[in-house]
Amino acid sequence: MKKLKRREFLQKGALVVAGAAAFASGVEVVAGAEQWTEGLKNLNPHQGQTLLAMARHIFPHPELDDSYYIIVVQDLDADARTKADTAKLLSEGVARLDAVKSAKFVTLPPTDQIAVLKQIDRTDFFTKVRSSELVSLYNNHDVWKKLGYPGASYPIGGYLHHGFNDLSWLPDPPESASPKPA
Amino acid sequence: MSLRVAPKAKRKIVARYEYNDDSVVVVVGSGAGGGTLANELCQKGLKVVLLEAGAAQSPATFRNDEWFAFNQLAWLDKRTTSGSWRVARDFPNLPAWTCKTLGGTTVHWAGASLRFQEHEFKTRTVYSNIQGANLLDWPLTLEELQPYYAKAEDKLGVTRTNDIPGLPGNNNFKVMYNGATRAGYKTVHTGRMAINSRARDDRSACWQLGFCFQGCKSGAKWSTLYTEIPKAQESGRLDLRTQSQVLQVQHDKNARVTSVLYADKNGKHIRQEARVVCLACNSIETARLLLNSDSSTFPHGLANSSGEIGKNYMRHTTGSVFGIFKRPVHMYRGTVMAGIIQDEAGLNTKRGFTGGFEMETISLGLPFAAAFLNPGAWGRDYTRLLEQFNNMAGMWIVGEDMPQSRNAVTLHPTEKDQFGLPIPNVHYDDHANDLAMRKYAYQRGSAVYDAVGAVETIEVPPYPSTHNMGTCRMSAHARDGVCNKWGQTHDIKNLFISDGSQFATSGAENPTLTIVTLAIRQADYIASESSHRNI
Repeated sequence: MKKLKRREFLQKGALVVAGAAAFASGVEVVAGAEQWTEGLKNLNPHQGQTLLAMARHIFPHPELDDSYYIIVVQDLDADARTKADTAKLLSEGVARLDAVKSAKFVTLPPTDQIAVLKQIDRTDFFTKVRSSELVSLYNNHDVWKKLGYPGASYPIGGYLHHGFNDLSWLPDPPESASPKPA
Repeated sequence: MSLRVAPKAKRKIVARYEYNDDSVVVVVGSGAGGGTLANELCQKGLKVVLLEAGAAQSPATFRNDEWFAFNQLAWLDKRTTSGSWRVARDFPNLPAWTCKTLGGTTVHWAGASLRFQEHEFKTRTVYSNIQGANLLDWPLTLEELQPYYAKAEDKLGVTRTNDIPGLPGNNNFKVMYNGATRAGYKTVHTGRMAINSRARDDRSACWQLGFCFQGCKSGAKWSTLYTEIPKAQESGRLDLRTQSQVLQVQHDKNARVTSVLYADKNGKHIRQEARVVCLACNSIETARLLLNSDSSTFPHGLANSSGEIGKNYMRHTTGSVFGIFKRPVHMYRGTVMAGIIQDEAGLNTKRGFTGGFEMETISLGLPFAAAFLNPGAWGRDYTRLLEQFNNMAGMWIVGEDMPQSRNAVTLHPTEKDQFGLPIPNVHYDDHANDLAMRKYAYQRGSAVYDAVGAVETIEVPPYPSTHNMGTCRMSAHARDGVCNKWGQTHDIKNLFISDGSQFATSGAENPTLTIVTLAIRQADYIASESSHRNI
């Protein structure tokens, strides 16, 4: 049986498939808490907070609170737990972020944080975080709800009777171009 | 509406041939080429062993989930890329989006089924000499293929052929149609699609699920998985072996192929003898298999006296245009590709390039829109676009790209796969003609969406290639290509190329219909040659 490469099937520059966390709901964020970092197994709290700040800038959606981006960091943590080179990449990457402006990345104002990220956005570290987040965030069913993507249609029998051609702000094409459904 | 989603169960007789049965035809790969060929040969009374590297899925195991389906169906064995194409930068280990599953890439394809145009079979003759392009006429003509195209269209149930009505257009098509007609285009319709608009061939009509790329859960879209392969099994002459990846094609001292060596699902190496071997592994793996089957007789790869195996790799001049509108479209509702503008497909060098292109609707779900609309992009400028996902319409450009010798599948000098065999590298540089065509096509696509009030249009670079052609091309002369007009290799009479590797040109058309057409015709030839004891 072909082994599903759940984590990563491509090296630098591309796509990572997240595991079960991709389907998890938003994490309950306790008010004022950095408590979520206590759940991290490989990353330390500083690394966790830094990656959270980084993730928020990579694919920013104002309507998504921290909980969605915490999942991104949790997925990276899980990845680091199983792969030594990932752990090293993330740890060195965070150190590098803190070195660019000789101040901890998390203490910088947002515009400076973005400027720092722009400087390093061709590195393996940035690529790793971005490609992991691409799946952790955009394969999260709660993010789908927030952004208005319904996901699977098979459970409702497809869109044939659920609006596949309901667009009304343009005229319908003639039947020669677009015949009526069966 | 019928709720039956699977073909009616018929009696399947499982054939099982001995490993040392050298009277069988071994077909490698079960997609548009291999699956069709295997069935056609079985129907003509031949014994066929069909070896498929992937596992068997079904409409029941498909999921309407882009990432899940990608992992379930795609060919994910390691590959490398090189060349100036953007795919090498954005997806360095994913040159192609094709399948490793029973049914091959017919599980993933969107169903667009167009015949090649007459001049596309003879580009060396018709096109002026294009510097750097390794143009070659096919050793056959459109006229010779027409009866087989007709059979293929009937087999696939292509809409707008065989009294089959076109599919109903979805929202994405409404935007295309209105934009196209306002922009001056005349030939705009829901396409010639291998997707049932009515129940046909024991398969239901389309439910407009919108997950065509992820395996069709209604069975309305043609795939060898639930058509050709079960029909071959019903003949009682098909020995189907899944999770069986062929490693080597073997020959004797008379330069006749004798057998294939494959790894079964437990990794055990098995040698299956054969009277005839037909390769339909899609263009990267067919070439790679031949290169990896080198011997003292064939030091540059089996059947490679021309040196052309792997070369002239084509992937079409593709790219997409997405338009963002003030009001919702919900492009993902319904068929992914049932919509086409054909006006630009012909030859018209006044546009500044040679060859033509089709403009076909395409849609992506949110996960893949994020991955592909601008690979590598990040930040608020990008997420601002993704937030307008429901107001997007999309189209895909499929244009003829130029064959070049240096665009090639080669064996990686050091990296090996899980079987210890060199992995493939895919090298591609856009030709100047490809660049000119893409630039023009982007402008025309944007014009279509501007004509219906797009607030923004996005030019999307080519995806990892879903159309892969030309690596074992047909030629009249053995020095120019790998096989003859029947797909029979020039060097070895009982070795055939049965997939899109045969293409000498890419044309402006999606390749599947032509691959099926060639397979039907090749089956006639193999059956005839076998009965005359010529192979």
